[in-house]
Amino acid sequence: MSGETAGGADYLFRRHAGEVIGTLMRRFGDLDIAEDALQEALIEALVRWPREGEPRNPAAWLVSVAGSKAIDRLRRTQRRPDKEAAAVRREPVPADDIEQLAAALDDDRIADDQLSLILLCCHPALSHEAQVALTLRTVAGLTTDEIARGFMVDLATMAQRLVRAKSKIRRAGIPFGLPDRSKLTDRIDAVMHVIYLVFNEGYASAHTDAFIRHELCGEAIRLGRTLNALVPDRSEALGLLAMMLLHDARSPGRLDDSGELITLEHQDRSRWRRDQISEGMAIVDRALAFGRPGRYLIEAAIAGLHSGAPSADATDWAQIDVLYGSLHRFLPTPVVALNQAVARAMAHGPESGLAIVEGLVADGQLERWYLLYSTRAELLHRAGRDREAAVDFRRASGMAPSETEQRYLRARADELG
Amino acid sequence: MKYLLLITNDPNELAAMPADAANAMFGEYLAFTQRIQASGEMLAGDPLHDISTATTVRTRDGVTTLTDGPFAETKEHFAGFYVVDVVSLDRALELAAQIPGARTGSIEVRPIMSYSE
Repeated sequence: MSGETAGGADYLFRRHAGEVIGTLMRRFGDLDIAEDALQEALIEALVRWPREGEPRNPAAWLVSVAGSKAIDRLRRTQRRPDKEAAAVRREPVPADDIEQLAAALDDDRIADDQLSLILLCCHPALSHEAQVALTLRTVAGLTTDEIARGFMVDLATMAQRLVRAKSKIRRAGIPFGLPDRSKLTDRIDAVMHVIYLVFNEGYASAHTDAFIRHELCGEAIRLGRTLNALVPDRSEALGLLAMMLLHDARSPGRLDDSGELITLEHQDRSRWRRDQISEGMAIVDRALAFGRPGRYLIEAAIAGLHSGAPSADATDWAQIDVLYGSLHRFLPTPVVALNQAVARAMAHGPESGLAIVEGLVADGQLERWYLLYSTRAELLHRAGRDREAAVDFRRASGMAPSETEQRYLRARADELG
Repeated sequence: MKYLLLITNDPNELAAMPADAANAMFGEYLAFTQRIQASGEMLAGDPLHDISTATTVRTRDGVTTLTDGPFAETKEHFAGFYVVDVVSLDRALELAAQIPGARTGSIEVRPIMSYSE
């Protein structure tokens, strides 16, 4: 995630991959061919753009140059009896059609190609891991190395994951193009899930590198904006974008100077990004006009209530309690139940929240889940039961996945004896 | 592209099915088969006899051994197949989901390699 500092072809790839690879994919029907051709075109751009100035329509320029490169390469390999050559033999390439392709590129066409590309990368026949990797590589234009670091796997594993995914697309015949309207909603749901996974990896992961966390959140937000530009006025897509903006807006207050996690109630709210909060809340309002709220919009609404409140005490916890109840219908997970417990405790006293937590503990399936114990500890402390709270904080610290959280929980335990 | 839609199910579960439900399922298979024949997408397709009729063949160092039964002891077995020729994986997956066996067992969708390309 080296961003602009990398300069050169990587930076240009990141800027243009999403808008150009779709069109090249439509023409050549193969992601590797499209990617390699774009790389070659960008190398030429690095030489020519500084000298001749950036073209008025960089996407059309890149499609045209990359297209010629791809045709050259395919001609060179045409005598080889491999798959690439087979692809060409099936469909001979007229020399000038790529110019027409580039010339015929208007915004609608680019948008359709780009949406087709996103849907392809998030096709449900691919594993979630593969969907995430492909989307970040092909749509967001990150390097394989950046994606590997973002998801804490080694470079070879991530490279292999991408190779396998592209091979499945090619060999299993996963189609490139827009599905029927009746299927579009399901396919967009899959895209939203991928964007959510990227954001979550950045926001909630145990990643020790704050820079990588920040970059993953940024990429997820960028993908969310792209999706909303391509399929406007969908309440859940808007909700997802708003939810990410509202959470990310609070990130400057989440860690203290030594990298320790600060809980919501103790965060310095003046450090939150106000403009981003306003944008997120405006999107929530707009999204409510486009149909009944689903999970993302409800999560965004909850994040909005937190972000808009002047302090933890002055937060509308009763409303948040109700919203978590609605969310639980879409997403009946222990995490949601636990969050509802916290909200209810704030709205109606710690004992009423503890009742929900005790239900989860009694369920017995979550014995190794540190958040269950850290949350119960917090509520016990608020109920004045500090001795029991210390035991739970200590227990939670032994299970927490990140060092930051382990340190924080140990400190809380020590503080209560 | 051509795909094999491989139907897998648990024969015990099917045996336990009430007669009218089994008949209804048979009717659905018939209707599905007629549909994809009429659309020109079906190249082949048939149910298989149960695993008690299976023989597994292995040849090692020129010596062939025969084993009574399927190649792997599992609860679920191949029960039938369709070979279809459709525009893309999406259509193959759509057809697979319409096979009645998808509700009780599962359908593995495999692209068929073509050497003519």
